Amino acid sequence: MPESVSNITAQMPRAKLAGLLLFFLGPAVVIYLLFSIYPLVATMALSTYTSDPSGARHFVGPANFETLLGDALWSKPFWNALGNNLIFFAVHMCMQNPIGIALAGLLSLPGLRLKGFYRTVMFLPTMLSVVIVGFSWNLILSPLWGVASGALKAVGLGSLFAPWLGLESSALVTLSLISVWQFVGIPMMLIYAALLNIPEELIDAARVDGLGQFRIFFHIKLPLVLPTISLVSVLTFVANFNAFDLIYSVKGALAGPNFATDILGTFFYRTFFGNQLQLGNPTMGAAVATVMFFIILVGLCLYLFLVQRRIRRYAF
Amino acid sequence: MRRTFKAAMGAEVAALALLAGLASAQAGSLKIESWRNDDADIWNSKIIPAFNKHYPDIKIEFAPSAPKEYNAALNARLDGGTAGDLITCRPFDASLALYQKHQLDSVDGIKGMDNFSDVAKAAWQTDDGKTAFCVPIASVIAGFIYNKEAFAKVGVSEPKTLDEFHAVLEKFKKDGTYVPLVMGTADQWEAATMGFQNIGPNFWKGETGRANLIAGKEKFTDPQYIAAFKEIASWAPYLGSGFQAQTYADSQNLFSLGKGAIYAAGSWDISTFRGQAKFAMGAFPPPRPAGTTDCYISDHTDIAMGVNAASKNKEDAKKFLEWLTTPEFATIYANALPGFFPLAKTPVKVEDDVAATMVGWRQTCKSTIRNSYQILSRGTPNLENELWNVSAQVVNGKLTPDAAGKQLQDGLDKWYKPAK
Repeated sequence: MPESVSNITAQMPRAKLAGLLLFFLGPAVVIYLLFSIYPLVATMALSTYTSDPSGARHFVGPANFETLLGDALWSKPFWNALGNNLIFFAVHMCMQNPIGIALAGLLSLPGLRLKGFYRTVMFLPTMLSVVIVGFSWNLILSPLWGVASGALKAVGLGSLFAPWLGLESSALVTLSLISVWQFVGIPMMLIYAALLNIPEELIDAARVDGLGQFRIFFHIKLPLVLPTISLVSVLTFVANFNAFDLIYSVKGALAGPNFATDILGTFFYRTFFGNQLQLGNPTMGAAVATVMFFIILVGLCLYLFLVQRRIRRYAF
Repeated sequence: MRRTFKAAMGAEVAALALLAGLASAQAGSLKIESWRNDDADIWNSKIIPAFNKHYPDIKIEFAPSAPKEYNAALNARLDGGTAGDLITCRPFDASLALYQKHQLDSVDGIKGMDNFSDVAKAAWQTDDGKTAFCVPIASVIAGFIYNKEAFAKVGVSEPKTLDEFHAVLEKFKKDGTYVPLVMGTADQWEAATMGFQNIGPNFWKGETGRANLIAGKEKFTDPQYIAAFKEIASWAPYLGSGFQAQTYADSQNLFSLGKGAIYAAGSWDISTFRGQAKFAMGAFPPPRPAGTTDCYISDHTDIAMGVNAASKNKEDAKKFLEWLTTPEFATIYANALPGFFPLAKTPVKVEDDVAATMVGWRQTCKSTIRNSYQILSRGTPNLENELWNVSAQVVNGKLTPDAAGKQLQDGLDKWYKPAK
């Protein structure tokens, strides 16, 4: 039996241990401090300042946050963006994960031919640039030249077609679904990898016990990949609350119609960088970014305390 | 041993070449920041070579960004000290802010600035009109461009009044071959710039109304503004199907493919259409409301150029700006980019017939600039952004004209206190 690591480090001279830690952890810590922690702290610091027309900055403490959450001028678009963000996230959770699981389940079926081909095709959109995805879907759904209306007509559902991306009622959901289409490859691949990791003996045992493919999936495979699904969910959460590019490339920074597709990312962009005649307001923008950071942080903490701790990992 | 020597020699040569390259990049080299990425070709093939005939030693690089990212990218580069030497200036506050932050130099000392009228310079001056910080280049005019073949086929002529305009639209709708009026609301700004600001000056009497708004003597809830909103609201039945999702690019394509009859236009569209459309085009100014005789057009001062205060090569940059004030530049620019009209006092012959028609309106109609541009878009909520939003909603039928006027005025009242 090899000696455990903690025993080895305990017997080591202090100086040597410190040197070892510095050697292995130092570079990562430095890079992390420089490119992650420092910008984060600097942003938070910036959010406590305000700038006058000459560009000089003055310390104002929490005033920017009071404006953001207390002044109707700022709080209305903020809550609207947050609400839209929650819808954006909900659509992803309801569509992306189930579809990803289903696709992964189908891919892992024994005896499926052309597996590699399907896998590649379904993963392809994930590798495309968001701008291209936005542009293509804009064209596909365009009421003028899009194939969507023709395709619906061909199956007798022509009356269902509407300029989805242009209506307040449907623009956000349409954009969310486009995003789901693009990124469904990621949960699919992660869950597929987890499914492949399940030992054959378990599946064989289930088969011997007389279970069909469907019940094997629901009773054996699915519980075993739950940790992966929860990991995918938390990745989706972070990505969704940081989302910006798709909305910006399709609807622009004003996220029309009437801010129906405005999410925290576009709200932040408008505030920080400005838009057309609106000048950027870096200090207020930093306040928005800080609030976004805390929203994501709280979401992550809830996940860690409520979900992650209860997940049991099966040792094979 | 010999190999190491050779490698060392190679490295040294490379390093020298690199240094030489850096040196040449600094002496007599200028970089232009601009949002006109559509025009890169014209700058590189026509404008810069023409300038180089006079100053062969000054190397100029035209480095544009995407229009909607320009302000953000430029501000970031100016703050970070990596911006180009020459800065293309948006009109009014965006550039004024740069001057106030000491990122643009004054251009008052530049020879040839007296070749511009006060109106031409107004968009790039301090509020008191004492200091100019960019050399005016061009303005754009809003109006309507139409497909002459479609007009001949349906048997209508250029409408002069709003009643005639509606009669023409109605005729095209009955005929059914063409989309009567090409405009979309997906990008929102079309409804504001080519709708409200295009048709509106006739209602609010151009500069008179604009000045009164700034002075607080008129409000967006006044009948003339509501009437302008009512007019654009009445366009909805004549727009293409699904216009709510029709983008600006869609509108351009729809018209240049010959599928639309009338296009709510800015003169900047002319060069795009010249490259694509295969039919004869004409243009008419915004039709007048019943009972009016004077006509007003949105003749919006749009482009100017200034010197980055942090530039290392201000001498050459000023030479370039000085050249921008010459009739030579005005002529090249007006004809290379039909639809961008020079602001210099010396008259310029415009070859393109549609562009010549549009610039000819200056003789019969009074010019005004967009009323949201000067002073009124300084605060939060930003009037221009609000205008995009409510105009699109009015056309979409989601907001009544009265509610639109009220929303604009309420937003303005929140921060703007006109001196009385």
